[in-house]
Amino acid sequence: MVAFDEMTPESSGLRNSYAAYDHWLKQQNPARLAEKMRDAERVFRKTGITFAVYGEEEAAERLIPFDIVPRIISGAEWRRLTQGIEQRVQALNAFLDDIYHRQEILRAGRIPKHLIANNDAFLPEMIGVRPPAGVYTHIIGTDIVRTGENDFFVLEDNARTPSGVSYMLENRETMMQLFPELFQKISVRPVENYPQLLRQSLAAVRPENLKTAPTIAVLTPGSYNSAYYEHAFLADQMGVELVEGHDLRVVDGHVAMRTTQGYKQIDVLYRRVDDDYLDPLSFRQDSALGIPGIMDVYRAGNITIANAPGTGIADDKAIYSYMPEIIEFYTGRKAILQNIQTWRCSEPDSLKYVLENIKDLVIKEVHGSGGYGMLVGPTSTKKECEDFAKKVAARPSNYIAQPTLSLSTCPILTEAGLAPRHVDLRPYVLVSDRIQIVPGGLTRVALKKGSLVVNSSQGGGTKDTWVLDD
Amino acid sequence: MLLGRTANGLYWMNRYIERTENMARLVDAGLRMALTRTQSAQEEWKSVVLSAGTDHGFGAVHEHYTAEAVSDYLLRDKSNPSSAMSSIETARFNARMVRTALTRETWESINEGWMGLKRMLADPIDERELPQVLDEIKRATALIRGSFYGTMLRNEIFDFSQMGTYVERADNTARILDVKYYVLLPSVSWVGSTLDNYQWESILRSVSAHRSYRWVYEADYRPTNIADYLILNGRMPRSLTFCYRFLAEHLRFREEEYGERLPCHDTVEKTLAKLRVGSIKQIFDTGLHEFLTGFIHDNKRLGDEVATDFRFH
Repeated sequence: MVAFDEMTPESSGLRNSYAAYDHWLKQQNPARLAEKMRDAERVFRKTGITFAVYGEEEAAERLIPFDIVPRIISGAEWRRLTQGIEQRVQALNAFLDDIYHRQEILRAGRIPKHLIANNDAFLPEMIGVRPPAGVYTHIIGTDIVRTGENDFFVLEDNARTPSGVSYMLENRETMMQLFPELFQKISVRPVENYPQLLRQSLAAVRPENLKTAPTIAVLTPGSYNSAYYEHAFLADQMGVELVEGHDLRVVDGHVAMRTTQGYKQIDVLYRRVDDDYLDPLSFRQDSALGIPGIMDVYRAGNITIANAPGTGIADDKAIYSYMPEIIEFYTGRKAILQNIQTWRCSEPDSLKYVLENIKDLVIKEVHGSGGYGMLVGPTSTKKECEDFAKKVAARPSNYIAQPTLSLSTCPILTEAGLAPRHVDLRPYVLVSDRIQIVPGGLTRVALKKGSLVVNSSQGGGTKDTWVLDD
Repeated sequence: MLLGRTANGLYWMNRYIERTENMARLVDAGLRMALTRTQSAQEEWKSVVLSAGTDHGFGAVHEHYTAEAVSDYLLRDKSNPSSAMSSIETARFNARMVRTALTRETWESINEGWMGLKRMLADPIDERELPQVLDEIKRATALIRGSFYGTMLRNEIFDFSQMGTYVERADNTARILDVKYYVLLPSVSWVGSTLDNYQWESILRSVSAHRSYRWVYEADYRPTNIADYLILNGRMPRSLTFCYRFLAEHLRFREEEYGERLPCHDTVEKTLAKLRVGSIKQIFDTGLHEFLTGFIHDNKRLGDEVATDFRFH
């Protein structure tokens, strides 16, 4: 099966959206491009844009490889994508509100009750809590894959704490430094205002009883975290404090941070820690990362936590398979963006099918992320498939399976010239009293020929993503 | 508005940058001494280790005070928390933690300095390369200091950073003097033998002051002048008085802006008052060693009080 190439599909030749870029590229000296590639790495290394990979101590700080060929999306394609994403994000928030209140969707029998009741991502502490403006998931990274000219699918709704937005911004910054002339020739929609939009968006969902301008902070697990660079970057770009759990405590019914002049109240917390590590009084008692009592402050309406605790129930992979129903239930319309066909191994018929066809499927853990704990059947050995099948058979409800999609490709620059590699796309969505999607996103690319795994932890790279102003 | 944790990170980041440079300077002085006085080289290297405040740890790893052992321990040994390599690493760790408080130029100079030193100190240092290694370390820290002074806003972030620099520097100068105080005592060295001359030059060299000394005093080294220069001279950038004038100033900025007088404000002024003596003779009369021990103690106390008063933890 030949994958759809977004620049030059076999069927039709060079696509319009890449015409201007292709024209420019043909005039470039290959040696100069190779030099630019090295420049890019120097820029990243110097500024310390690194990420940590768990379990690789010697490579404690690694660069995510960057490819200098942009991934280009036409204005028309983007409009369609954004409509679909907006619809989806609305449905996700409506679903969360419902799940933590009347649970109409369960009463209507559209989703099985046990999927919620037995799910670790469902937080009983959130029952009856309605966050400011009714927003539960404020920052979302919707993973989208493409298989053909008009075939876009949502792979995952990252509704907890999606990361990678700093790479979207730094990739653009780097491209503008390396190829300023390109941006004069081609009209690319800007992404640079993301931090300002994020700040405005967070300010708009401040506690409802707060009459003054809110104090906003970004909560990080600390500098050992794999995404620490991004946490610092966003706090810096927004001009807000970057705090750790031990900087915070509850003072007079508010969350406050310890400053050189004493404790100062925080009104909106953009947290980049998992639910488990938020409040040792409510969740994990062994956690040193959280703020004891923050959930009480939250329930009293004295702080906004973005994203709200318990949003994980909406991007759980088992729930994902019900997204078409969820969208229809809350918006009254069919989903604009398709879901990928998903077999829930908890269902006997599906399990049977999955075990029989494991070599053709992608199997994922229901709660996994980052490309860990998954199997890509077609690129795995017979033994790997058999071993994985045993794991699935032992705990079926822990797994889902999807067909191996032939992800679209984009060219990357290799030593032998341009070569197609599989890509996906993560646009970033901000929800407050409105929904905003920055035109662009993070394109992740599998650098190994033929590989379908784009995760940075598994050897993937990134590209600048251009949305054309056409 | 500054987080206590950030103030703490800035303070220690700068202490460790200063320490990185001090280690290079101490090894430099030891190297010169050993080159000129080969018979007593062991003794000289030992006093370098003592001045660095690392004698205990050194003994656990090495038996003899040789050029190779000392420079390895003070420059690249990761088991020594004060080695140049450990120091720049700790400085960078703190910088990474407080990154949002730093300009891009400052962060990049620290990050690049760390990358450069890591590369350079990965393998044992060839003795022939030592001068070059020392130059490289000094250049890296000079670049950091330059970026910092050239780009940072003069606000509380700057104040807490500078406090770290000056507390560390004052400690370093006082220790160098205290390790060699006996060669400065008039009773022993009044005559000024050749040996003493070397010793005195070594002291000046470890604070990079062997040339500027001659701009200020007469050409000959005199112990009272050397002590005066390193303790009382307010224009010598590594003297105790210089450090304390700036410490007092940065603390006063905090007092004015925060509108709160704290115990550290009294401590800094008390220590500064002790340095405001008529002449160096008074210090010699009451005992140079006692004075320096007292100073090191007061200086540590100031550091502790700053941490408490400004809620570092």
